[in-house]
Order: sequence, then structure tokens, then C-alpha cells
Amino acid sequence: MSEALLAQEVGTAPAAVPASGARQFWRRLRAQRSAVVAASVVAFLVLVALAAPLLTALEGQDPNTFHPSLVDSAAGGVPLGSFGGISAEHWLGVEPQTGRDLFARIVYGARVSLGVAVFATLLQVFLGVVIGLAAGLGNRAVDQVLSRITDVNVAMPLMVIALALLAVVPPEFPRPVLIALVVGLINWAGTSKIVRAQTLALKSLDYVSAARLSGWGKWKIAHREMLPSLAAPVITYAALLVPQNITVEAALSFLGVGIKPPTPSWGQMLTDADVWYQAAPSYLLIPAALLFVTVLALTVLGEGVRTALDPRSQSRLGGVRRGLLSRRKGGAQ
Amino acid sequence: MTGFLLRRLGGAVFVLLSLSVFLYLVFYVAPGNVAQIACGPRCSPAQVAQVHEQLRLGDPLWLQYAHFVQGIFAGRDYSSGVGVLHCNAPCLGVSYQSDQQVTQLILNKLPVTGSLVIGAFALWLLLGVGTGVLSVWRRGRPTERVLTWLTLAGTATPVFVIGLLLIIVFCSTLQWLPFPTYVPFGENPEQWAWNLLLAWVSLAAIESAKYARLTRSSMLETLAEDHVRTFRAYGVSERALVGRHALRGAVAPVIALSALDFGSMFGGAVLTESLFGLPGLGRELVEAVKVVDLPVVVGMVLVTGFFVVLANAVADLLYAVADRRVVLS
Repeated sequence: MSEALLAQEVGTAPAAVPASGARQFWRRLRAQRSAVVAASVVAFLVLVALAAPLLTALEGQDPNTFHPSLVDSAAGGVPLGSFGGISAEHWLGVEPQTGRDLFARIVYGARVSLGVAVFATLLQVFLGVVIGLAAGLGNRAVDQVLSRITDVNVAMPLMVIALALLAVVPPEFPRPVLIALVVGLINWAGTSKIVRAQTLALKSLDYVSAARLSGWGKWKIAHREMLPSLAAPVITYAALLVPQNITVEAALSFLGVGIKPPTPSWGQMLTDADVWYQAAPSYLLIPAALLFVTVLALTVLGEGVRTALDPRSQSRLGGVRRGLLSRRKGGAQ
Repeated sequence: MTGFLLRRLGGAVFVLLSLSVFLYLVFYVAPGNVAQIACGPRCSPAQVAQVHEQLRLGDPLWLQYAHFVQGIFAGRDYSSGVGVLHCNAPCLGVSYQSDQQVTQLILNKLPVTGSLVIGAFALWLLLGVGTGVLSVWRRGRPTERVLTWLTLAGTATPVFVIGLLLIIVFCSTLQWLPFPTYVPFGENPEQWAWNLLLAWVSLAAIESAKYARLTRSSMLETLAEDHVRTFRAYGVSERALVGRHALRGAVAPVIALSALDFGSMFGGAVLTESLFGLPGLGRELVEAVKVVDLPVVVGMVLVTGFFVVLANAVADLLYAVADRRVVLS
């Protein structure tokens, strides 16, 4: 992506924002109602994902047991009972045809969805920071080489390459790990471009010059003086990457090349649900709604994080409003 | 300007060559048993050996890669057992499944993807920029809040979810539209549009959210600038400030993002095409991936990479043309 657009997305001009304390960050984040709500939703989903075995034990079901007695095999496998077979035993009903418990599959699906996205994001951020920092701090040759590698990474269309890679890797390789690896390895260029630009801008600042003049080595400066200032844009960008990665995993699984059965995944449920929407609409609507809520909550949280980290920025959600353009249209500035 | 173009061209060639090396290593070398894949799972060892011979898999790696690159720039010949098959430049190989040339295959699919992308593009640009302008014009009012949340919902919905719901509502429940099948434009323009309508809307609904946000934030940025304050002091109306001066600030980023999206969409509208049964590049790739048709897969990825690189260069160029403050380097 072109640098100017990246800067728009992260919302910070390079090196303009001094690193602010963690306490200030929390205060600014808490001041935004939408961010607090979103954070609660995200926390709830993470808890559900972590407690998946506990929750299914509570329900008394597991995600992989077939219940042929709960579906109407004469009607092609439609779940018996109303709303897709919702009952005291099966809280969200059962899957058409197989009769597997939907609640159990959903909560285990949350594990896959969130786990893959978080792991992929960590990988993207790690690679992006290391490569971007090295390019920004290294000499001309290092910068040239790393920047060209970054260009190649930019030219790799994520969905297309991920699709292609997933086809050739042997099926024995655990799919969730594979997807996270592929997404992480193909899509770190955004982070590295941001970090490189930021590093270059920081290099010329007085406090960095002061550190250099007092004889500090490059890596000590990088570690002690630059990383803290890099935190704001990197965290902002990472917060936007997580929901993006969730969508990518769901999309790959939706296309039938991502998570393979019997491992449950929301995207894969949507593919299966496609043919069942008339007989069992809940089978389609539940994963669709969850995917929507998860991505929405993470996006809103990302916006909140951006606003909290960049004091000059306007909240794009309208929560905290300060600065020149607030409230009254056309008012005197 | 000329210097910039030459450097970009050199960079693009380098990037594409590196991408081709990467793809070659990952898809033709790493799997190991390419002859088996090419021949299919039911081939006897003798047949596999024959395919091994035909594809010249015994050659050293660099020579195989050189032939691959030679095919792209000058064309190459394949021995197909009975005769020699000539593959014209730019030759990306021959499909294992259908024995069709990959270049031809891609060219055949291009109009379908083009139909999807161009229609959706027009729609999302209109919708996105319109929403952005409206939300700046009505800033601080309920309209803005509604638009902001709508935009956010658009960003948060995966395209296949919205597409699936649209198909269910309009094709199945209401039956206002036929289940989408692709009709070429040349055959029946009206049917072409009706069948593509839902795909356009789904893609545009998602994409326009991005444009609305970009338009809004660029316009707000411009409105905060000194020259706008001066205009305001001179008594320029709010309508002119938003509609003329602030909008100008959004032109460059929107054009740049359009170029980027346009490029990546050409290879990457995988989901929309699969969902709406459009036989375009994306769907072809999914099919090729499922049967491990390596030449098609590699060809597609390379062509998509080409579009992305092209789009990136065009985006930078257009940004600089639209915003004179940017210096090309």
C-alpha cells in the first residue's frame, strides 16, 4: 500500500506522537463508551474461547458426536424440533444431517477464529517490526534489500497466495497453525513500512541524536529510544489487523480450503449452512451473526485504541470529541 | 517524472521476477512429486515416469526455472508424447487438467472478472465518497452518527456473509431476481446487468465503507487547515467549504486507493466470484487449487501479482498528479 494511505489508516504522522504512559492510555480508552463496550464484547468472546471445554461440559455435549436421532433423515437431515432443534440439552440446536451440537461447535469455533487471528497478527507484527526497524536503522544497502523484499511482500495478493499455499501443503499439517503462518508470512509489509517510516523520522530527532552522541550503539538506541515511540503506530495498526485476519480465516474456510472438518470453524459452518437456510435458518444465522459481532467489536476496539494513542486525532466514532472541528458545524474555530 | 517512471518500472520487474522465483520454489520444487501431481492420483509408475520425462523434471532446477521464464518472454515448446505443443509468449504453462494454455485460460476469464470489478467499482466509489461527504456535511448531527455506524458495520461484514444474505432474501425468499448465472455482455446486456447486480451490491457495500472513512478523514483534515479558516473568515459558505475545498483534499487519497483496489480486485475477487457462481479468475483459482493444477495456480498468482504491482505504481503516480505537494522519489 502506498505510504500516504498507510499513514491515513494509522492516523499518525511519523514521529509526531511522543510515547505516552500506559496509565494515560487506559484513561483515554475508558473515556470512550464505544471502546469500553467493544472491549467487553471482545473479553467475553475470549473467555468463551478459553473456557470452551468447560462450557461444553456444562452443556453436557461435545463438538464431534453425531446425533442421528435428532435429525429427520426422511426429510434429508433437517433437525427435529423448532429453531433448528434448540432444547435444554442442545442450547443452540444441532447441525443438520449430522446432528452435532451447534453450541459446542460454535464455542470451539471461537477458539479457532480468535486463535488463528491473534497468532497471525503476532507474527505479522513481529516480522514487520524487525524488518522495518532493520531497514530504518541499517545502512543504505540493508535498507535497499529489505525495502525490495517488502515490495515483493506487498505484491503477494493475500487471499490468492493463501489459497494456493493451502493446496500444496500436506493435509497432515495442522490447519489452524498453517493458516496463521501463511497469513503472517504473506502480510507483514504494512507493519514494516510503518515502522521503517517512523524509524527514519525518529532518527533525526534530538533525543536520538543525543543518545548517539553519548556513544550508545545502534541496537541499544533502537531498543531503548525507538521502540517506545514505535509502540503507538504499531499497536494501532495491529488492532486493525486482528479483525482483518479473522475475516481471512473465515473466508478461506468458507471456500473449503481453510480449516478442515471435523475441526469447527465459523467460516466453514457458513458454507455448509448455505444449502440449509430454508430448513434450518439458525444454522446460517448464528455463525454469520457471531462473525459480524466479533469483527465489529474488534474494529471498534481498534478505533478506540487509535484514538487513545493519538491525542490529536478525532475519534472516528464520535465518542471523544476535542479539537477544532467539534460539534458545531460552521462555528468559529 | 521520467526518472520516477523508469525506477518504478525497474522495481516492478524486479518484484515480479522475485515473486516468480518464490512461486516456482514453493509450487514446483517444494512438493517434490510434481510428476505425480501432474499425472493425477491414478497414474501408474510408468505413466508418472513418462510425465517426468515430458515436463523435463530431471533437469537441474535453475534450467527448469530458466525454461519457465523463457516461456513468459519468448514462448516455449512442450512435448506431449505424440507431438510438440507450442506455447506462445507470454506462456505461463499448460494446465495439467485440461491441457489448455494458462495464458488463454486467464484471457478467457478476464471479461467475467472485469464485468464484476468495473460495475462494483462504479457503485462503491459513488456510495463511498457520497457517504463520506454527507457525514462531513452533517457532522455533529445524528446523520453523521448513523452513517459512521453504518460504515463500521460495512467494514465488519465479510463479503460472503452479505452476499449470502442478499441471495437468500432477493433470489430465494422474495424471488425478485434470478439466481445469479453469468451472461456475457455481448450476448444480452440487460441479463448481464441483472445477473451481476447482487454481486456488485455486495462487493460495493463492503468496499464503499473503506472509501467513506477515507473520504471523511481526509476532508476533516483539510477542513482543519489554515487556508480553510481563511476562506471561512472571508465568508465562504459552509456548502462551498465542504463541497469544493474540503473535497479537494479527499481526491488524491481516494484516487490512490481506487487504483490499489482496482488492481488487487482483478485477481482477488475470489469470494464474490465463488459465491455468485461467476466463472472469473478468482473462481478458476479456487477450482485449480482444489485439484492442485499447479501451472494454473502459479500463473494466476503471478498475474494477480502483476496487477498489484501495476496498481501500486499507478496509485503513487496518480497521488502525485492529484496532489501537487507530493514529490515523487
